[in-house]
Amino acid sequence: MKVAKLTNPACRAHKVPMGGVRRAGTAMMAMLGSGMAAGCISVSAPDKPIVIELNINVKQEVVYRLAPGAQNTIEENSSIF
Amino acid sequence: MNTGFTRAALALSAAAVALAGIAAPALAQRDPAYEAARQSGKVGEKADGYLGIVSGGDAALQKLVNDINIKRRALYAQKAQAANATLEAYALTAGCLAIARTAPGEKYQTPDGKWMTRTSADPIRDPRCP
Repeated sequence: MKVAKLTNPACRAHKVPMGGVRRAGTAMMAMLGSGMAAGCISVSAPDKPIVIELNINVKQEVVYRLAPGAQNTIEENSSIF
Repeated sequence: MNTGFTRAALALSAAAVALAGIAAPALAQRDPAYEAARQSGKVGEKADGYLGIVSGGDAALQKLVNDINIKRRALYAQKAQAANATLEAYALTAGCLAIARTAPGEKYQTPDGKWMTRTSADPIRDPRCP
């Protein structure tokens, strides 16, 4: 009795993770399968060239703030504008 | 003696004012070669605040454009620092305004880099332009 009680839990401890791994694998396969069937996102290359705006870090509010001063600068230096 | 001095000083300052009056518009005018290059569409205003050669362009024209752009850059740098802004931001702002003040027939660059001839209609500018 005592011997049987000791060996059985040890046996379960070995089996449970093994079963768990196998089940997780099956679940992953199922997820992959359903993902391919329904939730696909198709990405196609644009037909126009991608324009990278180099001055993208210049904010519109900055431009608006600078505009009155810049207008004066241009008028005061109109020989180079 | 005193009145004589005052009169002389007054005359001198009057002469200085007259001289400045003559000198200021002369300074503000474009160099004839630059004006001609603008009118003929050889050079145009770029979207980034600098002058550009539209097509071709010999060494003399290249030098003219470079000289003006060096002066513009120095000016932008000085004014940007005073306004606590970046050189790029100030140059872009000046570019917006420089394109806006082009005369019909002159060239300007759209934000996507194409050269356009200014008409009486509003120019195509960067969406951030005021």
